[in-house]
Amino acid sequence: MHALVFIKQVPDASQVRVNYETGTLIREGVPAILNPFEAHAVEEAVRLREEYGGKVSVITMGPPQATEALKECLSRGADNAYLLSDRVFAGSDTLATSYALYEGAKKIIELEGEVDLFFAGKQAIDGDTAQTGPGIATRFDMPLVTYLMKLDEVNIDKKEAVATRLTEFGQETLKVPLPAFFTVEETLNELSHAPLPWLIKAAQTEIKMLTGENVNLDREQCGLRHSPTKVKKAFTPEKRQRGETLTGSVEELTQKTSDILVPFLKKEK
Amino acid sequence: MSSKLEYDVIVVGAGPAGLSAAIVLAKAGVKVIVLERGKFPGSKNVMGGVFYSDCMKGIVDEFPGKAPVERHVIEQRMWILDDGSSVGFNHRNDLFNKKPYNCHTVFRAKLDRWLAAEAEKAGALIINNTVVRAPLMENGKVIGVKTDRPDGDVFANCVIATDGVNSLFAKAMGLRKKIKQDAVAIAVKEVIGLDEEVINNRFNITGEEGVTIEMTGSYFSGETMAFLYTNKKSVSLGVGMVLKDVIENKINPNDLIEKLKKHPSVAPLIAGGETKEFLAHLIPEGGYKEMPKLVGNGVMIAGDAAMMVDAIHREGSNLAITSGKFAAEAYLEAAKNGDFSEKALLPYVKKLQDSFVLKDLKKYKGVPELLQTNKRLLLKYPKLLNQAAFEMLNVDGVPVKDKEKLIWKTVKKEIGIGNLVKDLFKLWRNMA
Amino acid sequence: MAKVNEITEEEKEALSQYKNIWVFVEQTGGVAHSVSFELLTKARELANKLGCQVGAVSIGKSVSHLAEEAFKYGADKFYYIEEEVFKDYRTEPFRDALTKLVLKYKPEIFLIGATTQGRDLSGTVATELRTGLTADTTKQEIDPETGNLMMTRPTFGGSLMATIICPKNRPQMSTVRPGVFKAIPVEQPKAGEMIKEKTNITEDQIVKKILKKVVSSEGNINLGFYDVIVSGGKGMGNKENFHMIKELADLLGGTWAGSRKAVELGYVPQSRQVGQTGQTVHSKLYIACGISGAIQHLVGMQTSDIIISINTDGEAPIFDVSTYCIVEDAIKFIPKLIAELKEKNLTPVKK
Ligand SMILES: Cc1cc2nc3c(=O)[nH]c(=O)nc-3n(C[C@H](O)[C@H](O)[C@H](O)COP(=O)(O)OP(=O)(O)OC[C@H]3O[C@@H](n4cnc5c(N)ncnc54)[C@H](O)[C@@H]3O)c2cc1C
Ligand SMILES: Cc1cc2nc3c(=O)[nH]c(=O)nc-3n(C[C@H](O)[C@H](O)[C@H](O)COP(=O)(O)OP(=O)(O)OC[C@H]3O[C@@H](n4cnc5c(N)ncnc54)[C@H](O)[C@@H]3O)c2cc1C
Ligand SMILES: Nc1ncnc2c1ncn2[C@@H]1O[C@H](COP(=O)(O)O)[C@@H](O)[C@H]1O
Repeated sequence: MHALVFIKQVPDASQVRVNYETGTLIREGVPAILNPFEAHAVEEAVRLREEYGGKVSVITMGPPQATEALKECLSRGADNAYLLSDRVFAGSDTLATSYALYEGAKKIIELEGEVDLFFAGKQAIDGDTAQTGPGIATRFDMPLVTYLMKLDEVNIDKKEAVATRLTEFGQETLKVPLPAFFTVEETLNELSHAPLPWLIKAAQTEIKMLTGENVNLDREQCGLRHSPTKVKKAFTPEKRQRGETLTGSVEELTQKTSDILVPFLKKEK
Repeated sequence: MSSKLEYDVIVVGAGPAGLSAAIVLAKAGVKVIVLERGKFPGSKNVMGGVFYSDCMKGIVDEFPGKAPVERHVIEQRMWILDDGSSVGFNHRNDLFNKKPYNCHTVFRAKLDRWLAAEAEKAGALIINNTVVRAPLMENGKVIGVKTDRPDGDVFANCVIATDGVNSLFAKAMGLRKKIKQDAVAIAVKEVIGLDEEVINNRFNITGEEGVTIEMTGSYFSGETMAFLYTNKKSVSLGVGMVLKDVIENKINPNDLIEKLKKHPSVAPLIAGGETKEFLAHLIPEGGYKEMPKLVGNGVMIAGDAAMMVDAIHREGSNLAITSGKFAAEAYLEAAKNGDFSEKALLPYVKKLQDSFVLKDLKKYKGVPELLQTNKRLLLKYPKLLNQAAFEMLNVDGVPVKDKEKLIWKTVKKEIGIGNLVKDLFKLWRNMA
Repeated sequence: MAKVNEITEEEKEALSQYKNIWVFVEQTGGVAHSVSFELLTKARELANKLGCQVGAVSIGKSVSHLAEEAFKYGADKFYYIEEEVFKDYRTEPFRDALTKLVLKYKPEIFLIGATTQGRDLSGTVATELRTGLTADTTKQEIDPETGNLMMTRPTFGGSLMATIICPKNRPQMSTVRPGVFKAIPVEQPKAGEMIKEKTNITEDQIVKKILKKVVSSEGNINLGFYDVIVSGGKGMGNKENFHMIKELADLLGGTWAGSRKAVELGYVPQSRQVGQTGQTVHSKLYIACGISGAIQHLVGMQTSDIIISINTDGEAPIFDVSTYCIVEDAIKFIPKLIAELKEKNLTPVKK
């Protein structure tokens, strides 16, 4: 079994604050983390490896600092980590990103062998687009299962999997041939505490580099220049003003509040 | 995969003490593993931020070199705060502007990470996100550690415990008693962002130069030390109070820093700044008297874990680095005979005794107790000093001579001459 | 930047082949998702500015009956595919069918609901079309100079807004969350044109099979339908205390919801979560009880008309967006409020 997980390093969005005076984001001091959904994707891939043997590879496209996130995946039990990094990727939108990752993944297949299961997070918490995974799957023309909640069955020999995904109305269980592409929910599994030998192995594993030099790239599809969407402007949302603070005794407060609510009362027949 | 994890030395905790030990050992070709509970070295570590350069000799000789330091300190101020006023002493010196610089302001999150990278370069293995739970013992000798991870037992000839002020290890080994409430201070710190230009103007410095301010006094009700250090684009403001006083006076440490920010001598220095980080940590302040036994069979304790902090001179990281280095050197000597018993490791203690580490700690050993038992030193003198300064400097038609009389009268009333002489003598005996 | 966006004559020619605005009418078992009508309303408004038509497009086993509703909300044309293979939504056949339709009719703008289905579908269709896709937009405007669609969306969990354009590729695609726009029927609906399309996709070509569907009873609550939402957070203390949240909601003719922490703690089902990873609401009245007001929560509710917050912490960020701030223990306050409201409710009835 060979699983390939697409992972992204993101600023911890819950710690990003806004400076309303300057209309900018305060990113300083905000730690870069592994996108939370990918931790679960790696966890699932590693569980499969523990069960069926084989290996787990991870890839990210990003700046050199993204090795941190790759290291975390290695600590969680991944076997190989690839950093796809090149100036030409700067400013890529999701279409250009999925192109770059598609080419990177093809290189990994060449180096490490065929992949049975591809995993990505449901969405990245910085951009929240949820498009990269579907984009890569489409380029590979392989079945896509988004919002994965459970991998019910995996049969590597028969090249088949049964998976349950979230839908608007509940859940559905699908049978898909492998290789297939899954984007995962946080509820897919509980993160486990990796054994110490994995961490030791991770600390001694080199991150492998993929660049424009060793990956077959069509530069006409990379980077800001060849991204169809452009950011015209970025601004901080208008801040709503704090309204009236109701004061008085609890009785007065209940009075005041209920007066405000009266127009909303459901009319009794 | 599940074969036994064996190393020559296990270092518990990747703070300055542990990393300096790891660097010295790895450079000597020793197989060393450092286990750190934080996400990365420095991620949970706090200090005011003054780091002395001298201790880096023999560890990373070219310091600061590429190390992430903020500013080198050219001026040190000491202030005694009372409500609405302060009395101070400044020392700026050209010599502090000569290389190698005496000390720098630093951020631990960056410095510890850099030190860790140096240790890795030297060949040490650093494992983060792993908590050491207990020592593994055999026949009264430490043979390794148990971690919180599955398959997490690690074995070694010797363990160097540098796991900081709360040292689980020292406690588990029975080397240390429970820390007394008056032997530890709780410190809170904020990093307040300001433009580089603003800092340079407010402190009358240029680019790389820095200023430190240490503060104490009757402005706070308890044994309190506060500080303000300049970084490149921020200042570190902090305050620590002995835990006993925090508890007895029912003080919320966060209120202390808010109060400090409002002091008229501090407020203008941080005006317009924005809090970027908020941190809290313990400082061992018990000094020499609270130190644990430093060696056992197969184990040595260094840095904060051994209570090696000089509260008077806000030194700690340098003692940590130096003690870590000594522990490593002691290991290397013991390794010649393959004997890691308590006796074989005793040279570690000897090295500490012969160096500034224990000499300084011994010298000030009476101070913590003195300050705790004699609240006059902390609460009344600062008030008097501030009053006296005001009386002397305020031009209000009262002749200076009468003012002096008035001051003496107050002193006599508030403290009594006998006590004043006694206090001064005690203080002199403990500090000089 | 200017250079990147400069458009050659050749490109202009290619772009000019694309006209009209399309909206994907999402349906399950023949029932349209409300977001489709919200988008049709928006599309109508944009089409009036651009002077073009609105096309509604739907795929399924039986969808022709949705045309009438689509026209009611402003569609001029209804494109549809009705085939057995489209009985249930599956990414690949829907992707291929929709891609083919777009290539044939060349809409200039294509709007899709940011539902689980819409997000799944739009990413694959945009990739096939090699065009840009802007997810989760909250505002759609036409740039008067270029006629381009300007799509505004939150990023970094709502801390930053970005206006995105897709100047050189067509269609300009974007997804919009349910509840962001209001569905308003046009004043004088016209019976539009129905255009039926066919595919030659057969079941044996589709590798993905649906084995089982579980419809959870909580699964389809759409908070966007309600004018009044009473929402509880971690500060409500336990699941039992949500009884008062429900009771208050009921009294006000609304529904109840919660913060993510309340969901994580099991007080509230995920389907009722408000915020970045939950639903976006624009209620007339939003009452936040024991919710701190993390940015991820605020993005989901701060455009409500009236916001009333009850929190013990007078400095809680939720107050920064509240019309009325009540610094009280919600667990003690709400029962008193309920009692008071009940009394008030009785008085006019008795009269
Ligand atoms: C507010 C404040 C201001 C200070 N200001 C200064 C100053 O200006 N200058 C100065 O020189 N000193 C200062 N000090 C003191 C200085 O920070 C310490 O003396 C120094 O950090 C001690 O280093 P250490 O390596 O012994 O311990 P630490 O730096 O505390 O490192 C211990 C490490 O062990 C890890 N650890 C703990 N338990 C475990 C476990 N069970 N398993 C695995 N890992 C574990 C911790 O995560 C940590 O990384 C200050 C301290 C404080 C709190
Ligand atoms: C990627 C990401 C996505 C997220 N998406 C969402 C999302 O969609 N929706 C969402 O809500 N959150 C989301 N969050 C989580 C968000 O950051 C907050 O953690 C969450 O909103 C906090 O929920 P809370 O306000 O209920 O809890 P807390 O932040 O713990 O606040 C509880 C509040 O209750 C008050 N309180 C306590 N007791 C009482 C009492 N008796 N009476 C009155 N008040 C009391 C407290 O003062 C406090 O303000 C997301 C986070 C991340 C990282
Ligand atoms: N630069 C990247 N490198 C690797 N994987 C990525 C990258 N960007 C996005 N992904 C993957 O695609 C998922 C969805 O991302 P997004 O489309 O940005 O919301 C993420 O959770 C990742 O698994």
